[in-house]
Formats: sequence, C-alpha cells, structure tokens
Amino acid sequence: MTGDVILQTRDLGKQYKKRWAVHHLNLEVHRGDVFGFLGPNGAGKSTTIRMLLTLIKPTEGDVSLFGRSIKKEREEALRAVGGIVEKPDFYLYLSAFRNLEIVGALNGGVGRKRIQEVLDLVGLGQRASDSVKTYSHGMKQRLGIAQALLSDPELVILDEPTSGLDPQGMKEIRDLIRHLAHDQMKTVMLSSHLLNEVEMVANRMAIINKGELVTQGGVADLLDKGEKYVVVRGKPAATLRATLKEQKFVKKVVSRGDECEVTMSFDDIPALAKTLVNEGVEVQALIPCRSLEEFFLSLTESESKL
Amino acid sequence: MGRLVYYELIKTFLKKRTYIGFLVVLVVVPLFVIAMKIEGGRFLQMTTRSLQQDFFFVGNLFNGWFVAFYMMNSLWIHIPFLISFVAGDQLAGEATAGTYRLILIRPVSRARIFLSKYYTTGIYTVSFVGFLGVLSVGLALLLLGRGDMIILSRGLLILPAGDVAWRFLVAYALAAWAMLTIASLAFLFSSFVENAIGPIIATIGVNVIFLMITVIPAELFQTIRPYLYTTYMDIWQRVFDDPIPWSRVGASAATLGGFSFGFALIAWLIFRRKDILS
Repeated sequence: MTGDVILQTRDLGKQYKKRWAVHHLNLEVHRGDVFGFLGPNGAGKSTTIRMLLTLIKPTEGDVSLFGRSIKKEREEALRAVGGIVEKPDFYLYLSAFRNLEIVGALNGGVGRKRIQEVLDLVGLGQRASDSVKTYSHGMKQRLGIAQALLSDPELVILDEPTSGLDPQGMKEIRDLIRHLAHDQMKTVMLSSHLLNEVEMVANRMAIINKGELVTQGGVADLLDKGEKYVVVRGKPAATLRATLKEQKFVKKVVSRGDECEVTMSFDDIPALAKTLVNEGVEVQALIPCRSLEEFFLSLTESESKL
Repeated sequence: MGRLVYYELIKTFLKKRTYIGFLVVLVVVPLFVIAMKIEGGRFLQMTTRSLQQDFFFVGNLFNGWFVAFYMMNSLWIHIPFLISFVAGDQLAGEATAGTYRLILIRPVSRARIFLSKYYTTGIYTVSFVGFLGVLSVGLALLLLGRGDMIILSRGLLILPAGDVAWRFLVAYALAAWAMLTIASLAFLFSSFVENAIGPIIATIGVNVIFLMITVIPAELFQTIRPYLYTTYMDIWQRVFDDPIPWSRVGASAATLGGFSFGFALIAWLIFRRKDILS
C-alpha cells in the first residue's frame, strides 16, 4: 500500500520564547498513505502543519516534501501539495468560484473547468456563484477541501477537517478522504484529536503530545497494542453477566443494561457464543471491538505526568 | 505577476470599504462646489478685503480654478485618512480574515504576493487621487467657469487662464506621488498587526503629528523637519508658484520616493519573516 517517503520532517521544532511548541519531530509520510496525525488539543499538531505548509518558520530542523527542502526550494516543494490549516477562511464577500480563481492564480493558473470540477466533487457546484458569506460551516469546510484539491496535488494536508461539523458532515468528509485516497490515489495527511476518525480512515499514524512525537507506525500495528474487547448483547441480563464472569478467558466485564463490554481475546469468541447459548442466553449480538483510545490515553497521560 | 495584481485588484475593488473614500469625495466635493457657487463670492471678497485697498481686481477671479485649488487642501489630512482605509487593510485585512492561511501556502513566493499587494495599493491611491482631481476640477469648472487663477496662500499671485490647466495636471500627479508615501506608511503599519483599525489610526496619528511639527514655526522643530515626509508633501502646491521651483520639486519628489521605498522595504522585512498564527 505505501510507497516512498514524500513528506519527511527532520528534528523539526518551533520555539516561542522559552517554550517549545514542537520539538525534535521526525515524521515520515509515504506515497499512498492516509496518515493520521493525532494528538490532544494543544499538542502541537497545528504548529507542525503550519511549518509543513510554510506559514511559520521552524526554529530548528527542516521539512522535505517530495525530496525538496522547504527552506531551500519552497515553491518547488509546495507545487504538489494542497492543504487546509485549521478552519478554512475565505474572502466572504466573493463567490466560491471567485475564491477558487484567486487560489488558482496563486497555483500558477487553473482553468474554469477544473474549478467547477472540484466544486462538483465537494457538492458545491450548484452554489458556485453564491458569496461565501451565505455558506454554512459545513459548506465552508467542503470549500476548504475544494481549494486544497484545486491544483490536483499529490499530497493533501488536512488539519482538523471535521472540526465543528455535525455527524452527517463528519461522515461526508471522511467519505471524501477515502475517495481521495482510494479512487484518486492521493496521499492524505490528516490531523485530528479524534481517535475514531483516524482509526476509520488512516493506515499509518503518528501520535504527538506536548510537541513531541510519542509513537509512529501502522494503525493496525498500533491497534494491536490497544485494548481489545467484545460487546455482548443478550437476555436475560443477569444470566448473561453471571455466565461471562464464570469464564476463565474473560479478563474483565463492564455491564451496561442488556449489554456487556468484555475484555478478552478474539480467538475465544466462538467458545463464548457456544457457552452463552448453552446457558440459555438469547444472544443478540457479539461485536469484536479494538480501540486506540486506551493506548492513546496511556501514551498521552504518561507523557503528561513526566 | 500581472495575474496576481489582477486578482489583488479584484479583492480590493470588490470590497465595500474601498468605496468609502470615493463615496466621501462624491458627496463632499459637489456639496463644497455648490456651497461655493452660492456663497463663494463673498468668501473671496472677505479674503481679499485688505488687498482691495491697494489693488483693483478685474474679471472673474472667483472661478473654478480658484475653488479646485482650494479643495486640494484636503490632501493634507482628509485624503490621507481615506487612503489609509484601504492601504492599512492590505496586509492586516488578510490576517483578520484568516486568509493568509489560504494564500501563503501556495507555490508562489511571499515576495510576489507582497509586491502584488503593494502595486494594488499604489493603483488604488493613484486612482483615488485621480478621481478627486477629475471630480473637483471638472465640477468646479462646470459650475463656476474659467478665468485667471488667484492664489492667496503665499502673498498674491494671479496666473493667466491659459497657464493653469497643465499645472493642475502636474499638481495632481505630484499629489498622487505624495499620497503614495502615506499609503506606504499605512502599508507598513499593516504588516505589523492583525487588525486593520490599528494601521488606520497609526497612519493618521503619525500624519497629524508630523504635520504639526512641519507647520508650527518653532525653533525646536527645525532640526527634525528634514527627517519628516510631511516637510516634502507640499510639492503639488509648488506647481502653482511662478516661476515653478523645479529643482526643489524634484528634490522633494525624490525624497518622498525614498520615504515610500523605505516604508515598503521595512514592511517587506517584517512580512517575509512573519509567522502566520491567525
């Protein structure tokens, strides 16, 4: 799935007075990745992305995009990169189409056909001539993605693209990211503080906390380090709970009404199903779950205690 | 670069605040000219009362040229204020709107973006001063007619009717050049901050203080004056002297150019290193 390294940071750092917002950061994004850049609020994600996109100058280290240093070859390095930094802002008094014309001019010129194409892609084709001030937050977010895609970049950097959106809007953006990665073969770097968001779309990820890299690797590999549990739904609830607690392979049971969250190996799911049926439990669901949450919290909390 | 300037012009000229200055001029100039047509004769008589004891005035001295020249005094305070509205917004406006994040992540150098904004500021300034000139001179001539031009600012000077039009043309060109210095100052302040109100207030504040130092006849200010741009801003007035002190006009114009360049250079040094945190 992943190819050569197209984004690399080397000991990247930004210092404000005596405080390091980002320190000694070494990231690698490979061609074809959907790379989750995860961290709690204030961890240094946006500062890092601003350095990647040359909005702020690093105090130390460098960024290489497609093998070109942003310090030495800024324009060439940014040529195949599109991005959104935090909430997308536009010239509110201008239409979406006009805003993209301006962005296009800064990208060396983009035709009207391409502008309409990206507006259609994000579902704003019919509202292209409306001024942006009439747009909802979700529409502005989609217009943000449209401007990031305008020059057909190979690498798309999205900083908290679902921030402030309702669940439907978040799903649309996630679907769009999947479409970009799988159908348009883009490399996507996605910054987020939402674990499940990264879990749902990324194949590789890095976790940052207090400006420093905590871990980096494949999402599947990191998921293996996270807690595995099975959600069991069945009736009667009392029999369900009692049966679960009697099983040797069950490490922990947390009950919530008709539902129990059972910490156990996924290998024992068939045995659990058989036992529950034999004990007269009407099994409605057995859902294997894995989450980064515990892993993420353990990493960021232990960092915080240092 | 042409394309960048084109879109900067679109951004500037599709913004409502750009037209505040034009609107003010469009309202105030006709009001002033009409008021002058109604009561201006009495105004001229009052200002020349002492001279009438020694001189005998013949012909229509209260004419369009006289009123148009009088209106040029707005170039000291009022027009700089209106110019700073737009020039002070050029960089700070992007920070306020958050659109630096949209434009400064592109494969185009900050130098080109900076220059396109500075050129746009210059184009706005020249077009605004040009608009003031065309409207004030045109309307004044239309309503008050032509004639010899009386100038009362430094003693008494009467220029023959045929010798005036070209002087206005040159005066407005020099006024635009002087206003570019004001625009550059506002542009400089605009590079410091992330809100356009600050640059507007700072530009007007500096302009008023410098003007006071320039015009108050105090010994204390003598040594400071050569270092203030306001000392050289009267170049447009010099065009109505007879003979015109061209060497002084040229030196003043060059000095103003130096100030504009200096302000723009400092603005660039700030802009190129600016971390975009908004």
